[in-house]
Amino acid sequence: MSTSTTAPTAATPAVPPAPKRDWIPVLLMPALALLGLPFIADVPVWLTLTLAGLAMGMIIFIIASGLTLVFGLMDVLNFGHGVFIALGAFVATTVFALLGGWVKSPDALTQLAAVFAAMLAAMLLAGAIGLVFERLLVRPVYGLHLKQILITMGGMIIGEELIKVFWGAQQVPLEPPMILRGSLSIGDAGVETYRIFATVIGLLVFASLVWVLSRTKIGLLIRAGVENGEMVESLGYRIRRLFVAVFVAGSALAGLGGVLWGLYQQNVIPQIGSQVNILIFIVIIIGGLGSISGALIGALLVGLLANYAGFLAPKAALFSNIALMVIILVWRPGGLYPVAKR
Amino acid sequence: MISRLLSHDLPNSRALAFILGVLFLALLFAPFWVPSIKALNLAAKVLIFILLVASFDLLLGYTGIVSFAHTMFFGIGAYGVAIATNAWGPSWSAVITGALAALGLSALLALAIALFSLRVRAIFFAMITLAMAAAFQTLASQLSEITGGEDGLNFRLPELLNPSTVWWEGNPFGINFNGKMLTYYLIFVAVLLLFLALLRIVNSPFGSVLKAIRENEFRAEALGYRVVHFRALSSVLSALFATAAGVLLALWLRYNGPDTSLSFEIMLDILLILVIGGMGSMYGSIIGTVIFILAQGYLQDLLRMASGLAKGIPFLPALLSPDRWLLWLGLMFVLAVYFFPQGIVGRLRDKKQ
Repeated sequence: MSTSTTAPTAATPAVPPAPKRDWIPVLLMPALALLGLPFIADVPVWLTLTLAGLAMGMIIFIIASGLTLVFGLMDVLNFGHGVFIALGAFVATTVFALLGGWVKSPDALTQLAAVFAAMLAAMLLAGAIGLVFERLLVRPVYGLHLKQILITMGGMIIGEELIKVFWGAQQVPLEPPMILRGSLSIGDAGVETYRIFATVIGLLVFASLVWVLSRTKIGLLIRAGVENGEMVESLGYRIRRLFVAVFVAGSALAGLGGVLWGLYQQNVIPQIGSQVNILIFIVIIIGGLGSISGALIGALLVGLLANYAGFLAPKAALFSNIALMVIILVWRPGGLYPVAKR
Repeated sequence: MISRLLSHDLPNSRALAFILGVLFLALLFAPFWVPSIKALNLAAKVLIFILLVASFDLLLGYTGIVSFAHTMFFGIGAYGVAIATNAWGPSWSAVITGALAALGLSALLALAIALFSLRVRAIFFAMITLAMAAAFQTLASQLSEITGGEDGLNFRLPELLNPSTVWWEGNPFGINFNGKMLTYYLIFVAVLLLFLALLRIVNSPFGSVLKAIRENEFRAEALGYRVVHFRALSSVLSALFATAAGVLLALWLRYNGPDTSLSFEIMLDILLILVIGGMGSMYGSIIGTVIFILAQGYLQDLLRMASGLAKGIPFLPALLSPDRWLLWLGLMFVLAVYFFPQGIVGRLRDKKQ
C-alpha cells in the first residue's frame, strides 16, 4: 500500500490483487497448429490452411463477440443473432449493386471504399434493427431463459422470412472487388488476399474491443456488469441502458461479420444466419459464456480445426468442432475462461 | 373408464373435449370418409406429428428444457427402419430389428447429450442439441453408402403392408381394403397407445417432479430430487417417443431422406405447433398439429388472395406472398409466447374456470 502513493485515484487500494493471468488456453491455438503439422505433412499446405483457419476464426470472432457479451451481461441467450449476420451480408449485396461503379473501378482505393461503405451500411442497419429487436423481443423476457430461447428463435424465423421478402429467397452472389481477389505467395504457400484483409479487420475489431473494455469507463462498467450486474446497479449505473448499447453494438458487429462472411463465401443465402449460428454457439461455449478473450481463442481454434479437418477428413468437419467442444468442456466445464457469475 | 384411460387428465373444457372428440372420430374413420390418397396422407401426417410434438412437449412443456435435436431422434427412427429393410429385405424381423436398434441408439445418444450438457448448465442443452442435430444431418447426407445420401432410401415393407395387398375383395363406395389402410390403422393404434402412455407419464409422480423442476429448479433440488437425473430421464423418454414417431413415418412413406425427417425446418415446425397449440398440455400437440396442417393448406390460399388485393402497393404483395406463410406463423408464435404461453389449449381451459 505504501508504494501506491503515485497511483491515480481510480485504482483504489482496496482491490484485491489481480488473479494470475491464465495462459494455458492461449497456448492451445499454437498447440493445435503444431499438432496439425505432422498430419498434413506438407509445410506450404499447412501454412495455407493455418492462415485460412485464422482468417475464418477472426470472422467468427467478430460475430461471436457481441453474442458472448450480451449473454455475460444480461444472461440473455440470443438465438436470433444469426439474423444480423444474414442482414449484413444482404446489405452488402445491395451496397455493391448501388456502388457498381466503385466496385468495378480500376482504382484500388475506390474498390476498398466500396467495401468499407458496405461494412458501414451493414453495421448501421444491423445496429438499428438490433435496437428494435432488443426492445420488442428481448426486453419483455429478461430473466426467463426458456422464453428467451423461444422468442429469439421466433425472431430468427421472422427475420429470415423478412430477408426473403426484401431480397428474395434465392442465393445472391457477393464477389469481392478485384483488389481483394487473387492470392499472395509466401514461400510456397498461397494466401488469398481476402483472408489477409479479413484478418486485419478482425484484429482491428479485437484491438478496439480490448481497448474499449479495458481502457474506457464504459468498458469497465461492462466488465463489472458481466462479473456482478447487481453490484453495478446498486452503485447507481443503469445496467439496462448499458445492455442495450452492448446489444446494439453486438448486432452491428454481427452485421460486419456478415459482410465479411458473405465475401468469404462469395455468395449469400437467407439461411446463412442459422448456419453460422451453430458455429458461433460452439465458439462461445468453448470460450466460456461472457468471455471476450475466450471467444477469440475459441473462434481461432474452431477456424483452424475446420480447415484442417476439411482438408484431412471433409466428412468429419462438423463433428470435429463438436468433438473439440466436448474435449474442452470435459477439461473445463465452464469453458476456457469461465465467467465467475453463478 | 375414459378418465382412467386419459390418466384423469381430462380436457377440462367443453369446447376442447368437443374438438378432440371430433378429431378422434375424423382420424379414426379417415380411410372411409376421405378415400383419396392425398387426404389419407394428410391424416397419417397429422397422426405422426401428434406423437412427435407430444413427445417434444414432455421435454419443453413439462420439463422446461429446449432441445433442438428432436428431429435427430425422429430421423434415427425413420432411418432405422429404412436401413434395416434396405439391407435385409422386406421382412417383419428387419422392421422390428431396425426399430429396436433405432430406439437403442436414440436412448444412448439422448443420455449422452443430457448427461454431458445438463450437468454443466441447462442452457447449454439448447445450444449443444442444435449443434448435434446439424452435425447429424450432415453425417446422414454424407454417409451415402448406408443412408442413400441426399436422395434418401426407398424400401419395401412386409407384404401385408403393401398397397397392392388387398385383404378384402369388396370395394364399397370406392374404398380399398388394402395394405395402405392396414398401415394407417397400425399407425393410428400405435399413436393412440403411445399418446396415452405419454399422458400416463406426465400425470405420474415422475411427471409431477418434472413440473416441479420446470417451475423451480432449486426448490426441487432442495426437496431432494436429483434434477439432473430427472431431466436426463425425461430427455431419454422424449427421444424414445420421437424415435417411435420416426419409425411410423418410415412405415407410412416407405421412403426416408434427410429432408423428410432430419431437416431443421421440421424442428421449427414442431416448435411452432407446440407453442401455438399449448405447452405443458399433451392435448396442445393435437390442437397445434391440426391448426398447423390446416394453416399450411389454407393460410397459403388466404395469403394468395390478400396479396392479389394488395397489388400495386410496394412490398405488401411480397409480404403477403403465399411463400411467406412461415412469416405469419412465426409472428403468431412470438405473440403466443408473449400473450398466451399456455397456447390455445390453455386458453380454452382458462375460459372454463
